[in-house]
Order: sequence, then structure tokens, then C-alpha cells
Amino acid sequence: MNKHTSKGIPQTTPRQSATFSQDVNSDIRRAAATGIYDIRGGGAKRKVPHFDDLLFMGASISRYPLEGYREKCDTKVTLGTRFAKKPIELDIPITIAGMSFGALSGPAKEALGRGANAAGTSTTTGDGGMTPEERGHSSKLVYQYLPSRYGMNPDDLRKADAIEIVVGQGAKPGGGGMLLGQKISDRVAEMRNLPKGIDQRSACRHPDWTGPDDLEIKILELREITGWQVPIYVKIAGARPYFDTTLAVKAGADVIVLDGMQGGTAATQDVFIEHVGQPTLACIRPAVQALQDMGMHREVQLVISGGIRSGADVAKALALGADAVAIGTAALIALGDNDPKWESEYNKLGTTSGAYDDWHEGLDPAGITTQDPELMARFDPIEGGRRLKNYLKVMTLEAQTIARACGKNHLHNLEPEDLVALTMEAAAMAQVPLAGTNWYPGKGGF
Amino acid sequence: MQTFDLEAQGLRALNETLHAQAANTNQTAWEIVNAKGSHAIAVGLDAPIEVTVKGSTGYYCGGMNKQATINVHGSAGPGVGENMMSGTIVVEGDASQYAGATGHGGLLVIKGNASSRCGISMKGIDIVVHGNIGHMSAFMAQSGNLVVLGDAGDALGDSCYEAHLFVRGKVKSLGADCEKKEMRPEHIEILKDLLARAGADAKPEEFTRYGSARNLYNFDVDNASAY
Repeated sequence: MNKHTSKGIPQTTPRQSATFSQDVNSDIRRAAATGIYDIRGGGAKRKVPHFDDLLFMGASISRYPLEGYREKCDTKVTLGTRFAKKPIELDIPITIAGMSFGALSGPAKEALGRGANAAGTSTTTGDGGMTPEERGHSSKLVYQYLPSRYGMNPDDLRKADAIEIVVGQGAKPGGGGMLLGQKISDRVAEMRNLPKGIDQRSACRHPDWTGPDDLEIKILELREITGWQVPIYVKIAGARPYFDTTLAVKAGADVIVLDGMQGGTAATQDVFIEHVGQPTLACIRPAVQALQDMGMHREVQLVISGGIRSGADVAKALALGADAVAIGTAALIALGDNDPKWESEYNKLGTTSGAYDDWHEGLDPAGITTQDPELMARFDPIEGGRRLKNYLKVMTLEAQTIARACGKNHLHNLEPEDLVALTMEAAAMAQVPLAGTNWYPGKGGF
Repeated sequence: MQTFDLEAQGLRALNETLHAQAANTNQTAWEIVNAKGSHAIAVGLDAPIEVTVKGSTGYYCGGMNKQATINVHGSAGPGVGENMMSGTIVVEGDASQYAGATGHGGLLVIKGNASSRCGISMKGIDIVVHGNIGHMSAFMAQSGNLVVLGDAGDALGDSCYEAHLFVRGKVKSLGADCEKKEMRPEHIEILKDLLARAGADAKPEEFTRYGSARNLYNFDVDNASAY
């Protein structure tokens, strides 16, 4: 509303700058006060084209649907069929992404295992190694092989149901990690073979290989150590999905895990999270194209992560050609992360529920991303596991609902032809027609 | 002595055979012939056996070794003894990049020279190099001992943590947060033991110790230019 000065001259409405917004200005003031870039957890918060910009068309005269409660819609998926003697067989195509003990509390890791078990899917270790609790509570456990090699040993490697060589992470393609000293408990320090209380840096690239030719030999070594029993995944960030997928397959990967920029991290510079990497939606079709160009689609499985929240997202990722998805942030929310019931405590930390992302500081009111015994005690791993199981079941039911509506008796039968896009950007990225047209940008040379 | 012809019998059969050896096996001595620079020779062993490789090896020879003693009668490619947990690996010739990378334990002896990034991210392994080592050695080295009878290249011990670095010859340059340290009696004892076990003809008193200045252990913006 306009105000008037005492002289009666109309004053214009105070106008915030789109360029220098309040958010931007607060970043500048924070930088000026501290001299240090902002570090936070989570994935990209900026709005990017996403699965919300796609719609399924459903059945019609030319496509008949399946009866929701009578006709079967299968959800099983097998990962690692290319070389492994023991591929991973999952009841649902939704896996739990790698999150470290250290970044998460022991009980939180236990809850992830319990929930995944109950839903018939796998969970994944993270930087910091494998804990006995995690192995014990996860019937299917993927062991991440990371640049830091914290806690890395051949005994745990042989206990794994699959090995995931982490080349990149969607939140920070080309970046390493940092676990700040306040989260380094005695146990975390011992597992990582470092002094307590220091900032633990995780390297950005592997210490003993560089490039695709080396990766092929590294995969050979890991297979020889584990007797060619378990699948080898290669996790890449949404940087150059066509070429990275091609090179990983050439190097001998059984499974490609592709993580877009909405995928979370425990702690990285905000500028990195928001400005490096591509949206998940932009990564899927190039990766699928790479697999198809090599005749490897469905031979090498593709797992997509980064911003998967619902059964609709699962169905859309699979329709675009993925074999499965992985969830991290959504799984933490299911456990109770950022729950409004802790609002007053979030307020004390200068934030609000839903926006809390200083996971690296170890002060999580929900007791999930912390090593503080008092905060950890707030979290019940059995209840957390039950909540995660429920959430995974709901996502699966949602994806099945959509698939049946499209006439599919398996989630893997969903296809790009089932989709339309709401925006030009999403149409271009997903390579599905803009709604109401039979065209997407780039199709036909335009 | 069991002899295994790698060229004739193949890598899978070799590692499968060596993995099958139990802790109380009576087949304790193995000789691998026709190695011809193959990768992943004798990886993931976990038995107190002695393996001799006739000839040079490719990448990751002895990777993740536990208990076994591996002798390479030749030179070793990149990542020899990577992430080894225990046991001993001796390379009679030279070693390529990343020798002993991320090793958690055991002893790695290089009788010739080692290339760059020797002992990168080492986590408890002991490495003795009779000759020289290349640049960026002991980068982010966490614990264990790196002993060099010759010279060290650029940026020794960059961003290292609690590993002990002992160099008898010249150090071209030290990496970020690495400094010359006092040689105390306990370090002399460590050196004496390692030199003896590595068959190295040198006196502990001839070495200089290097290690972390611990200035970069917790991030401080005033140290930003050091990174």
C-alpha cells in the first residue's frame, strides 16, 4: 500500500530487488561477518524442472487399464545381472541411498535397515565404513567404496551384497566432503582412524585410480577380491550423464547409480550444492540413451536418485528408462527429520522445520543427523523403521496405481510414451511431448 | 612350493586358489610365474602364506592383503599393496604411483624407487622405500610410518594427519601443514625396527622426521590460503 508523505506526495511501494533479494542479501551479510562460505546439508533448494512438470496420460480407447485391486502390477527388480553371480533381488524398485554412520547416528542407520528390510529393499553404507548394527539390520546392504576409504577393509567388503564405487554425488559433482569436528565421537574417530574433534576431510577423487581405464582395473580388483559374487555399482553425479554412463559401462559396471543435483549431502558448501551439477530430470534420458547406444539398457541397470519423493516420481523415473530409484532425503523425513513437532527447537537454532539443513553441526533436534547421546535418545529406531516401511509401501502403491492406470502389469513397462510435459523445459529434458502437442524441443531439428 | 603359471591358468584361478588357503594350510609357499605385468595379482589374500611373483606386476598387486607375505621379483605397477591390512609385501624393483595407498596395516617394502603419491591416505601401514619417492607422497596420510632412505619429491605430507614421515635424503618441498619434527627416542626405536624388518642398511639417526603441524585440523578462514 502506498504511503503519503506529510507533503501529500505519493510514495512508491518499497520494492525488493529480484537480483538482490532478501535471501541473497542475507548471504552477503553472513559472508561479510564470518569470512567463510556457508556449509549445509541437503540438496539443491533452487527450483528446477522436475518430475512435477510431467504428467501421465493414463488409459484411453487405444490403451486399456488394469483393475486396481484385482490385476497384478509387479514391482520386483533385479540389480547386477551383467557379471555378478549373486545379483540383488528387490521386491520394490526403491532403494535407500548411501548415508554415512557419522553423518547419521547409529540408531538412524539401524532404522533405515529395519525399514528397508520390511519393505524388501536394500540400504547403503556411506563414508565411514560399515557398522555391525547396520549389517545386522540390513538383509541387503550395498557397501560404498569411496575416495576417503574411511573404515574400508576387505572383511566388510566381502560381507556386502553389492559394492558401490562412488565417483560423484549429485549435490557436489567433483567435490569431497567434510565431517566437522563436533560430530566426531570416539567411535566415529576410531572407525576413520583420525583424532577426535578434528574436521575430517573426504577426498574428492580416489587415491589409487584416475580415469576410465584405471576404473576398469579397479573394478577387476574388487571383483577378484570378492570372487565375482556381488554386483559392482558405479555412482555418478549429474554432470555428464551420457559420457559418464558410457565410460562406467565400458569399465565393467553392473549398475549405474545416477544422482541429480537435488540429491542430498551431509555437508557441503551451499554454492556448490546450488551451482554445480544438473537437475535429475535432465540426466535420465542421456544416461538411458547411452545404455541403449551400447545395447546395454536393462543389461546394466540404472538407479536414479535426487529428489524422489512419491510413487509418482518413482513411476516417472521408471517411465523414462530407469530400473530403480534411490531415496535419501525423503527417507530421513520419513524417519522424522525436520518434523514440525520440534519447531520450537528449530527456532532456537535460527531456522524452522522444513528448512533445517545444518546437519553437519550435530545439533539435530530430531536426533537423526547427530552423534550427541541426548539428542540421539529422542529417536526410536524401531518406530523409525516402521515409519520408513510405511512410506516405502505407500510409494510403491502409488507407483502401481499409476502403472495400472497406464495399463502396465509391471512398473518397468511404463514408458516415455505414457508421459507429457507441462513446460518446455521439462519437455526438452525428458524428451516427451509438451502437453497438447506431439512435439518437444529438439524433435525434428527444432 | 606350489607353482602357478598365471598365463596358462588365468587370474581368476590364481586368486581363487590363494583365497582357498585356510589359516592352517600346509601349502604355505607359492610361486607365480609368467606374471607379465598382469593386474590384481594375489589380491584379497587372508592366510599366512608366502607368495613369490616372478616378474613385474600391473595394478594393485597384493591389494587389501591380510597375513600373507608377497615378494615381487620385479617392479610393481600402480597401487601395490593398496589398502593392505596386515602381512608383508616386498618389491625388489621400483613401484609406480600410489604404493600402499590407504593401507591400514602391515609392512610394504620397496627396494627401488617409488613414484608419486606413495602412501597416499595411509591409515596405519608401514612403508619403507630404499630409494626415492615422488611428489605428493603421504598426501592426507592419517597414521603409520613412511620411511625413505633416498630423497622425497615435492609437497611431501601435504594435509597429513598423524602419520610419521622419515626421510634420510633431501626433501624437495613440504606440502601444506607438513613440518619438520623433533626426532625423539621413541621415533628412533620405530625406525630401528622398521629398517631391520625391511633389510635396509641405514642408521635411524641419519633420518629427519616430518609430520603434521596440525594447523589445518579445524577449518579457519585465516588459513584459507594454505589449502
